[in-house]
This record gives sequence, structure tokens and C-alpha cells, in this order.
Amino acid sequence: MKDHAFSLWVYLSQSPLLWLTITLLVYAVSEALSLALHRHPLANPVLHAVWIIGVFLFVTSTPYPVYFSGAQFVHFLLGPATVALAIPLYENRRIVLASIVPMLAALVVGSVTAAASIVLLAKAAGLPRDVVLSLAPKSVTAAVAMGISETLHADPSLTAVAVILTGIMGAIIVTPLMNWSGIIDFRARGFAAGIAAHGIGTARAFQVDEVAGVFSGIAMSLNALVTSLLVPLAVTQLLR
Amino acid sequence: MLASLGLILLCQLIGEAITRGFGLLLPGPVVGLLLLLILLLVRDRFAIIAQGPLRNGGVETASRGLLNNLSLLFVPAGVGVVEKLDLIYAHGIAIVLILALSVVVTLLATVLTFRLVSRLFGHEAP
Repeated sequence: MKDHAFSLWVYLSQSPLLWLTITLLVYAVSEALSLALHRHPLANPVLHAVWIIGVFLFVTSTPYPVYFSGAQFVHFLLGPATVALAIPLYENRRIVLASIVPMLAALVVGSVTAAASIVLLAKAAGLPRDVVLSLAPKSVTAAVAMGISETLHADPSLTAVAVILTGIMGAIIVTPLMNWSGIIDFRARGFAAGIAAHGIGTARAFQVDEVAGVFSGIAMSLNALVTSLLVPLAVTQLLR
Repeated sequence: MLASLGLILLCQLIGEAITRGFGLLLPGPVVGLLLLLILLLVRDRFAIIAQGPLRNGGVETASRGLLNNLSLLFVPAGVGVVEKLDLIYAHGIAIVLILALSVVVTLLATVLTFRLVSRLFGHEAP
């Protein structure tokens, strides 16, 4: 019987079905929790789904690539979801066009601040050069950040970790920080979330306000562009 | 629904082909976003292309379905963090702290610039 259970586990743990099911169910629970807690920032569904699944993988000693072979179907949808941002952008095009000047100004200041602050802080903290380089593109969406990391000959896997941590922290911090600063303009709040915390910040922005979500999506897309031009330049200037 | 998803994937596919083909720094899906946006704007001008997914809010519904679950899509990549915990341990809590500090500084710099320029140019929220 025990052998039977073991061979069943071996079979299931190698199939995408198990990991896809676990990803969806654990997320559904963290999402329900987030709703029940009225979208409290600390009830961030990404944060809780990640650590719960992480503990599960640790307990069952499942390597991450085995998990990812199933979960990649969900991961794949990140691309189509980026394309889908065209819809809220289209529906809010008037408010977006009316805000083009402040958007471009905030884009330049935000992109430079995101890259320069992390490089200067990492240098001040005495981190090794390759770690500093790997952290530099942390504010852009994972695929782009890892590409930048490669062109800098840094460690793309460390960059991916920095990107996810940045996104989760940004999504948790943004609402309390903006409320504390007394900023009620959801265009500005969303735009800041997208610049500082890419897609996870955008998901958070959509939870709070549709206009904030739209501006966050735009900010994320523009930041990916500006950062891939800026970071290699900034790094060579700041790390001389 | 399927046709709408197909249209979204087609936009992404063309976006990937353009960015790879021309060696652009833009991510493929961002070009796909622009293509879909242009398609919707063209539809408003020329009723003739309002067919299939471009009719009766088809592509709009499918897109909303994806965006309503945007957080879920980051979970598989996020779980990758646990595999790299030794990298985090190696440099203590320093990495997490400076990332958090940088996020706060970036959020404030961006939001304050947006508000300041907004007020200077009179681009207030309608």
C-alpha cells in the first residue's frame, strides 16, 4: 500500500496537472483571504501564494524546475496579459492623453531614481560588484530585467529574485505610503506603482482603482523601454 | 472567447516577430499591446473591421478575464525565489533592505514629479 502511494506520488509529481492544480488552488485561497481582508496590503495574494507553495515544495523535496514544468502554463499568460492592457488603455485614452506631460516627466525621474538609487545603495552597503549589477534592473518586468542583466554580464537568476521581491514590496508599500503622503490623484499613484514595482505593482493598482491600474500598466511598459536604454549607461557611470 | 484569445495571441506573436526581427529593446508583448490598441482605434473609424472578436466587446471581455487575475500570473516566477534563498542569505538582509528603500524612494520621486508637473501645466485629472 505504501509502495503504491509512493509510485502514485512519483507519477503525479512529474505531471503538470498536480502543479497547475496546486498553483490555482493556493492562489484562489490567498485571493479569497485578500478579499476577505478588504485588500489589505499585507494580504498580498502573490506573496502568500509564493511562500505557501514554496513550503510545499520544500516539504515534498520537489525541485523548482519540476514545479515550473507544470506552472509554466500560468506563467505563459503574462505575455497575453500584457497585450490585454491595451483594453483599459483604450477605454481610458482621453484621461491618458490629457496627462501625457506629467507622465513623461514622471517616467524620466522615476526610471533614473529606480536604477540610480539601487546602484548607489548597493555600493554603500558594500555588496560585491556582480551583485550590484544584478540588482540594477530590479524595477522592470522579469523578462526584460533578465535580458538587461545578461548584457551587463551579471547574474540573471539573482536579478529575477530582485525583481519579484521588488514587485511584492512595492505592492505592499504603495497604498500606505501614498495615503500617508496625502496623494489622492490615482493617475499619479498608479504611475508610481508601475515604475517602481512593474507587473505586481500593476496588479495591486487594479485592485485599488481602474484608472490607477491603467496608468500603472503604461508606466510599466514605458519603464521597460527606458530602463533597458538607461541602466547599462548608468551602471558604467556610477560604478567607475 | 476563443477568437478573442486568438486575436490577443496573434498581436503578441506579431509583436515578438517585430522585436526579434529588428533587434528592438522593447519586449514583444509591449509591441503587441500597441498593435491591439491601434486595431481598436482603427475599428472606431472603419466599422467594416468590427467583426468576430472586435464586435460586441469580445476582445474586451477576454482581456478583462486575464487582467482580473493578473496577480496569479506572477506566482510561478515568484516561487523561483525559494530556490535562490541561499543567494539572499549570503548577503544577509542587506539586499532586502536596500530594495525596500529603493522602492520607497522611487515611488515618492515618481508620484511627486507627476503631481508637480501636473500642477505646473494644469493637466489636472478630468
